[in-house]
Amino acid sequence: MLEWRRRREPSTLMLWLSPLIAIALTMLLGMIVFTAMGYDGCHAVESIFLTPFLEPQRWADIGVKAAPLVMIALGLAIGFRANVWNIGAEGQYIMGAIAGTGVALLTYEMTGWWILPAMVLAGILGGMAWAAIPAFLRVKLQVSEILTSLMLTYVAVQFLYYLVRGPWKDPDGFNFPQTRMFTADQTLPIMLEGSLVHLGIPAALLLAVVAWLTMEKTIAGYAVKVVGLAPAAARHGGFSAGRTTWATLLLSGALAGLAGLFEAAGPFGQLTPQFPVGYGFTAIIVAFLGRLHPLGIVFGGIVLAGTYVGGEIAQSTVRLPQAATGLFQALLLFMLLATDVLVRWRIAFKWRAA
Amino acid sequence: MNQPREQTVPPRLALAHISKSFPGVKANEDISLSVAPGEIHALLGENGAGKSTLVKIIYGVQQADEGTISWNGAPVAIPSPKAARKLGIGMVFQHFSLFDAMTVIENIALGLDEAVDREALKAQVAAILESYSLPLDPDREVHTLSVGERQRIEIVRCLLQKPKLLIMDEPTSVLTPQEVERLFATLRQIALGGCSILYISHKLSEIKALCDGATILRGGRVVASCDPKVETTKRMAELMIGAELRKIEHGNAAEAGVVRLSVSGLSLPGEPPFGTDLEEISFDARAGEILGIAGVAGNGQAELLTALSGERLAAKAEAISLDGKPIGLEGAGARRAAGLACVPEERNGHAAVPDFSLAENAILTARHRLPLAPLGLISRGMVQRFADDVIRRFDVRTTGNGALARSLSGGNLQKFIMGREIGQQPAVLVVSQPTWGVDAGAAAAIRQELVDLAAKGSAVVVISQDLDELLELANRLCVINEGRLSAPRPVASLGIDEIGLMMGGIHGAETAAHA
Repeated sequence: MLEWRRRREPSTLMLWLSPLIAIALTMLLGMIVFTAMGYDGCHAVESIFLTPFLEPQRWADIGVKAAPLVMIALGLAIGFRANVWNIGAEGQYIMGAIAGTGVALLTYEMTGWWILPAMVLAGILGGMAWAAIPAFLRVKLQVSEILTSLMLTYVAVQFLYYLVRGPWKDPDGFNFPQTRMFTADQTLPIMLEGSLVHLGIPAALLLAVVAWLTMEKTIAGYAVKVVGLAPAAARHGGFSAGRTTWATLLLSGALAGLAGLFEAAGPFGQLTPQFPVGYGFTAIIVAFLGRLHPLGIVFGGIVLAGTYVGGEIAQSTVRLPQAATGLFQALLLFMLLATDVLVRWRIAFKWRAA
Repeated sequence: MNQPREQTVPPRLALAHISKSFPGVKANEDISLSVAPGEIHALLGENGAGKSTLVKIIYGVQQADEGTISWNGAPVAIPSPKAARKLGIGMVFQHFSLFDAMTVIENIALGLDEAVDREALKAQVAAILESYSLPLDPDREVHTLSVGERQRIEIVRCLLQKPKLLIMDEPTSVLTPQEVERLFATLRQIALGGCSILYISHKLSEIKALCDGATILRGGRVVASCDPKVETTKRMAELMIGAELRKIEHGNAAEAGVVRLSVSGLSLPGEPPFGTDLEEISFDARAGEILGIAGVAGNGQAELLTALSGERLAAKAEAISLDGKPIGLEGAGARRAAGLACVPEERNGHAAVPDFSLAENAILTARHRLPLAPLGLISRGMVQRFADDVIRRFDVRTTGNGALARSLSGGNLQKFIMGREIGQQPAVLVVSQPTWGVDAGAAAAIRQELVDLAAKGSAVVVISQDLDELLELANRLCVINEGRLSAPRPVASLGIDEIGLMMGGIHGAETAAHA
């Protein structure tokens, strides 16, 4: 007979093992589901979870997709630690890209080293501004940031559609809904000749290390953790919950905005209606897969980036629909939440005499 | 009426050589004891002495590794609490399991092993309330009841099953003195009816007043069995903590110095829904003195503490002054930096973060006065050294500064928290319930540290419901009642009857509520 038993202390082993168990369960369950639907389930799972990592020519693509995921997830995870649930990173990501693109369009006929940094700054500020709205509503009026940040995402999407179809439409673009292509001074430098590997990848890694040190070594990181774990103790220790809410929302908005700018000034090179691909939402899964730990998030970002790449592979090899990627990602989130129970509980086998 | 205690009557419960180990600890080792029918038997021991484990074994929550349990002379196995109840063992836990939104009778019905007809149950409950003259309205919703009344629900729940043995786990830790008296009367009546009672506590005066026999545990072993009516309190305390009990040494406290903390006309509305309004609170605490604030729980103690700590700000700066400087509008951090330290009653989640290590908890309130995080960067070395100092000086039993606060027993965590504050040499220390749930040995050590802190020139304010503690510690005493504070009186000049008069309003209200 199986029985759940509460652990005396949370298991450190399970803390790090449970994401791996979740990945294994996702693969197993995905295999069963897609086999039942009449696809080659084994092959589908192999294409999505293994092929991207086994073929070295795919690694650059994984890195390019992992960079925005990691950047966004870092900010979200810090907020989640403080019990601030920003789930509208997608909107902040879009607004960052829009703000940066605004600078690009203004400087269209200029040259200079300063243009890209100005776009980066605008991207950060754009994401922050969008995140400031839920922060204000939460701190001043006690409105749940979960709802406001999510709803603002759809406002951002519509705003993007309006811009690329209206005022920002490329005059030489044959009426396609898209902005001008960015110039060389407006584009991220390529780090690896002949690939899409851009500055965003080392930037994401650097940010992960900085985030890790901030959470572990500074009073600011301490404040985030105390406010999340024990609000009354935080107040007793002189930490302000309102200030922490502001700081974490602005930070996650800034990182999402930066990721959006990097994506616009990197792989896209312009804004189009296809720009939002859901990185802001997938980053939530990345944050949890990485156990809200900056270094774990790097691992989580690589795994989820792999599923994007693998999803494309599976479309051609197993003829899986495009939506299958999202399905696997959602399945992974469910499995993560389910296996989390193993940290505080263990399964015991019990032989009952009676 | 009492059962004759002859050799021929087997003990109601007899434990022989019970041992139980957990990874890393021997919680119980070779424990033997017996409880006669109708006897009120005390199980006495410090926090961590193994009382809880032993009781869990008797109630079937856990199984002993070795040893036998005999029930009325016959060996039995108790694989589950249900089996224990079937034998006739009832238990009233320290923490109640009641649904706030349901009535008394609904809660009782939910707790029974078998479904019972509601009307029949009502009649049975009424009969029990009648025969033990317990004041309790079966149709009231639980959230409207006092802690004492909630405890009565649990007792009635047990009595319904006509128990032969009733286990009471630290039943008085949450009760007012009046409620304690009433509980004792009920317990004596239950015992008179032939039911044995196993009474778990570390409050020696209660055991002396109530119990017929006592088994004293220390470090998981039985160190003595005695008759508490004959044995001296001091001797029992020494047996329990395994050392000569330290007497509190007051320095030359008669010479109170300058005013360090001055509160004048502090008013603050209570936080909804159940907060108490503070009304025009004024008092001075001087260097070298301990000011005691007595009162029954829920009369504004928690509000007073958060108003002083800076978790809630006063309406004007002058309402609170520290060494002559108005600080009423300063936040918690600034007040600490200025030298005002506070220890709230609730340890887990208020004074400390349960999921943080002791070292991390040291940062929580000590970073303002000690260089634990210069320029916002946490200095691991400084933090660990400070935490280790506190652990050593206050004899905190733990595996080290990396242990999670939640893994410590209540008493040990309290020692750490008190050490964290006293170790900062505050100008003023305000502490609520400094020894609540703390065993006698640790309580004596904490009280001595408070006296020593005052002797060094700090002002100490102790908010407590334990009148004995206040009389032992305080130089002056006042009473808080419905958010108002009485004028402080020197303890030396106070007679017990005068304190009774000071608390009179409270006592009267309590009696009226149950009349």
